[in-house]
Amino acid sequence: MATAAAPIRAKQRPGDRIFSGSALAAGSIILILLAAVAIFLIAQGIPGVLAQAGDTVILGEKNFWQYVAPLAFGTLWAAALALLMATPLSIGIALFISHYAPRRLAQTLGYIIDLLAAVPSVVFGLWGGLVLAPLVRPAYAWLAENASWFPLFSGQASATGRTILTAAIVLAVMILPIMTAICREVFLQTPRLHEEAALALGSTRWEMIRMAVLPFGRAGIISAAMLGLGRALGETMAVAMVLSPAAVISFIVIGSTNPNTIAANIALSFPEAFGTGVNVLIATGLVLFVVTFAVNAVARWVINRRKEFSGAN
Amino acid sequence: MISKRYAGVAGLALVGALALTSCAANETAAEPAASGRTGGESLSGDLVGAGASSQGSAQEAWIAAFQGANPDVTVTYDPSGSGAGREAFLEGGVNFAGSDRAFNDEELAEGGWASCAPDTDIVELPLYISPIAVIFNVEGVDSLNMDAATIAGIFAGTITNWNDPAIAALNEGTTLPDLAITPVHRSDDSGTTENFTEYLGAVAPDVWTYEADGVWPIEGGEAAQGTTGLVDAVSGGNGTIGYADASRAGDLGTVAVKVGEEFVSYSPEAASAIVDASPRAEGRAEGDIAIEIDRTSEEAGVYPIVLVSYLIGCQEYQDAEVGSLVKAYFSYLASEEGQDESASSAGSAPISSDLRTDVEAAIELIK
Amino acid sequence: MAVSTTAGNALTTGRLPRMAPWAILLACWLVVAGVYALFAMSGTLQDFSLVGTLFFGTVLYIAIIYVISLSVEGRRQAVDRLITALVFGAFLVALLPLVSLVSTVLANGLARFDLDFFTMSQRNIVGAGGGALHAIVGTLEITAVATLISVPIGLLTAVYLVEYGRGQIARWITFLVDVMTGIPSIVAGLFAYAVFAIVFGPGVRMGFAGSVALSVLMIPVVVRACEEMLKLVPNELREAAFALGVPKWLTILKVVLPTSAAGITTGVMLSIARVIGETAPLLLVAGFTQSMNYDLFDGRMQSLPVFVFTSYANQGTDGDAYLARAWTGALTLILIVMALNLIARLIARFFSPKTGR
Repeated sequence: MATAAAPIRAKQRPGDRIFSGSALAAGSIILILLAAVAIFLIAQGIPGVLAQAGDTVILGEKNFWQYVAPLAFGTLWAAALALLMATPLSIGIALFISHYAPRRLAQTLGYIIDLLAAVPSVVFGLWGGLVLAPLVRPAYAWLAENASWFPLFSGQASATGRTILTAAIVLAVMILPIMTAICREVFLQTPRLHEEAALALGSTRWEMIRMAVLPFGRAGIISAAMLGLGRALGETMAVAMVLSPAAVISFIVIGSTNPNTIAANIALSFPEAFGTGVNVLIATGLVLFVVTFAVNAVARWVINRRKEFSGAN
Repeated sequence: MISKRYAGVAGLALVGALALTSCAANETAAEPAASGRTGGESLSGDLVGAGASSQGSAQEAWIAAFQGANPDVTVTYDPSGSGAGREAFLEGGVNFAGSDRAFNDEELAEGGWASCAPDTDIVELPLYISPIAVIFNVEGVDSLNMDAATIAGIFAGTITNWNDPAIAALNEGTTLPDLAITPVHRSDDSGTTENFTEYLGAVAPDVWTYEADGVWPIEGGEAAQGTTGLVDAVSGGNGTIGYADASRAGDLGTVAVKVGEEFVSYSPEAASAIVDASPRAEGRAEGDIAIEIDRTSEEAGVYPIVLVSYLIGCQEYQDAEVGSLVKAYFSYLASEEGQDESASSAGSAPISSDLRTDVEAAIELIK
Repeated sequence: MAVSTTAGNALTTGRLPRMAPWAILLACWLVVAGVYALFAMSGTLQDFSLVGTLFFGTVLYIAIIYVISLSVEGRRQAVDRLITALVFGAFLVALLPLVSLVSTVLANGLARFDLDFFTMSQRNIVGAGGGALHAIVGTLEITAVATLISVPIGLLTAVYLVEYGRGQIARWITFLVDVMTGIPSIVAGLFAYAVFAIVFGPGVRMGFAGSVALSVLMIPVVVRACEEMLKLVPNELREAAFALGVPKWLTILKVVLPTSAAGITTGVMLSIARVIGETAPLLLVAGFTQSMNYDLFDGRMQSLPVFVFTSYANQGTDGDAYLARAWTGALTLILIVMALNLIARLIARFFSPKTGR
């Protein structure tokens, strides 16, 4: 085919030119916007990165990297915990809506899950701090008593329930609707014929899903997890209102000393920051930026590798 | 199909526009007979302030009363935090700032207030005095006596159980449970923390070896954001103890603090008494009233854990109209009515008449 | 006679009766309830827990149905039953926080969900009373403008990436959209503040700056959602259109976009839901006021999330009045987004071509 006669070029119509031009212009706006954000972040962040111990109240006795390390850890740890809970759940819910629930009910059920996306993060913060934290406190006390052999549950349980696990639960609930919505859309796009072929060969429903739906939706699942992770990493208010933060690196999820996240730390410290302190905070924002980007880049790489298997070529 | 779609959008826009043009019921045209508290001429214009969140609810009450008397004036106070308020005032983003501490000598020497006339000084007025209560949540206990060393021991983590002999010795007759103490501190940088740690460091220097700081000096432990977050954490936990603006103590147990030989519970009178018993910072310009609270004072009836929050303005504004607005607003805050207003709605301590004389003199400088 | 019995057996033997799973589930719940009741009577537990009964009963069911099915129906059917139980369980687990959240918001928010709340601002209000009209108007204006900025840019970019994008520029845009998803909301606020401070001088606060900050957050979400949906449009449709001689731009406008309209609307609505509750950037650039302000370009503008946050964070002495307003604000915010969602669903239902399901 490729070696056949020279390809026939399509006639260029003015409509085509205008349309593709405006599409390109929109893309370029993103380039410019992001360049502006990046320049601003880097220009404002550099003095913060270079700040030494004692330069500003915020850093105290640490230098910038010592300051940001526990925050970066907390950000990744909270997001990882949240993703760990949300991914299987969202795949389950998406499957439920797309393949298990009675079809008449499915749309309503999907809408109910979407409702969660309608809840703003401030409200999740209110709920997490005032309702969820007291609710899980006895469970944490029980875990500390009976499961302290498990490293994550060692030590004394928090008296308020405002731990990183609570924050991660809130984050998981928050990213659930987005992840579910994407998984569901993708599962629904599975070619009908693939599913029917699998069923006709005598598979059970699960075998059909495993052989037809999941392989088709794998890229969608990863992209859903990515979006969820992106939101979990950058979530500010809910974490700030739920977590009892400290500047430590600790894997214990039920104690009262928890690592803070970068975004929540910015929100908490910004009002009282001045001078170089603001630069330090912006520099931590830059670190968050880099972390998120690294995560996204890996995920994108995975998707691209899998592209040839997905149905949408 | 397309025309139908556009019709729908247009209909939506129409409904939206109708909704938007409606006006808030409480913002209808001002009543003509506004009481002339400010004298003959009526004031008008916008006044914008920002700063300490501790002043938030007091400012809310002050603004409501001031706008009620001067319907053409709109005052906005953004409780974004002391640091943000000072920064915004320095850059000229706001007309006045609220701050939990006065500008320090270095900042004053640097100067450069953007909204003030060049080479003029600023006024700093201690108009919001609020006691800080040590609050706790232990079932069946409403009040406890403690001295500074005990409080410091609890917050430093050396006293870890409610039935510790150090607490029991000061509270004969109270049954204390065998329950772990969970101290809760503020996770954000705050004036409340700064005043509380300053008190601990000044009165119990052997136990509390940290410097006074707006950021809690000890790593780890239970933390919560903002006064509300802290009060929520203390009331949501069991065996918790924390420190917060006294007006927010609510039903929680409070600590009576040992001063001299007596135990003093917080009260507005005791809080303003300590301000009067404390010296002013020296070497400041006229109109710059910064108070250095004497935490170790042993005078009878003073409550040493107080927060003094300042209102900061220019002595001479670049815009004279703003100057007259600020002057009128500050005069109202310093007046007895103003102080009573914040006392009843925010639980602050009214300033004494001696302090008022000085503050009024400072306000006279504003133009 | 004998023959027909064998034929019937071939279909029914080795399978659990139709209603068996339900019966087992009910039995599991009853057993766990009984255990709870025993514990409660012996005084080990304070009270009977309905949530605990349902939870542990379901866990027990998942285990039992697997074992029973394994012995009666064989491994493949057992795994299928296990997964079915897990999938139903996942959905129920997800409902728990939703139910808890909605009931909390309703219980606390309905108290102030009155006429005053929608006809009054907070100007000159101390303590109880007052309303959030100023915040509602602010939120609607700011979000509407942010949507007006983001959707055209985002949609066109997605079209470019999917339909035109080849080579370096497309790769860069994809890369940068990825980067943009990672912008923390507070940094978007900082950025908008810095830009507007250059133009209008320091200390500037205006609603439009809030819209710009929200757009920065919204554009990548819109691009992502639209891109994902456009990619799902089967290539056969495009090829069919091209084969009929339809120009590319008309193909996109008349074939590709309508086919994915439902997904795109869902994506846009989700992205609105994502930004309408954004607090941090608005706190920074749109500011905070107690009075009405309709002008996006002049002065501070209150918005609902900021209203909720400040009512919670800066409670006065009469804390309950502030909290009640915060919850009602939250309820209103949820209702607004729900209404938007509903409209989107209706649009999607009426204007998208029918698919298989």
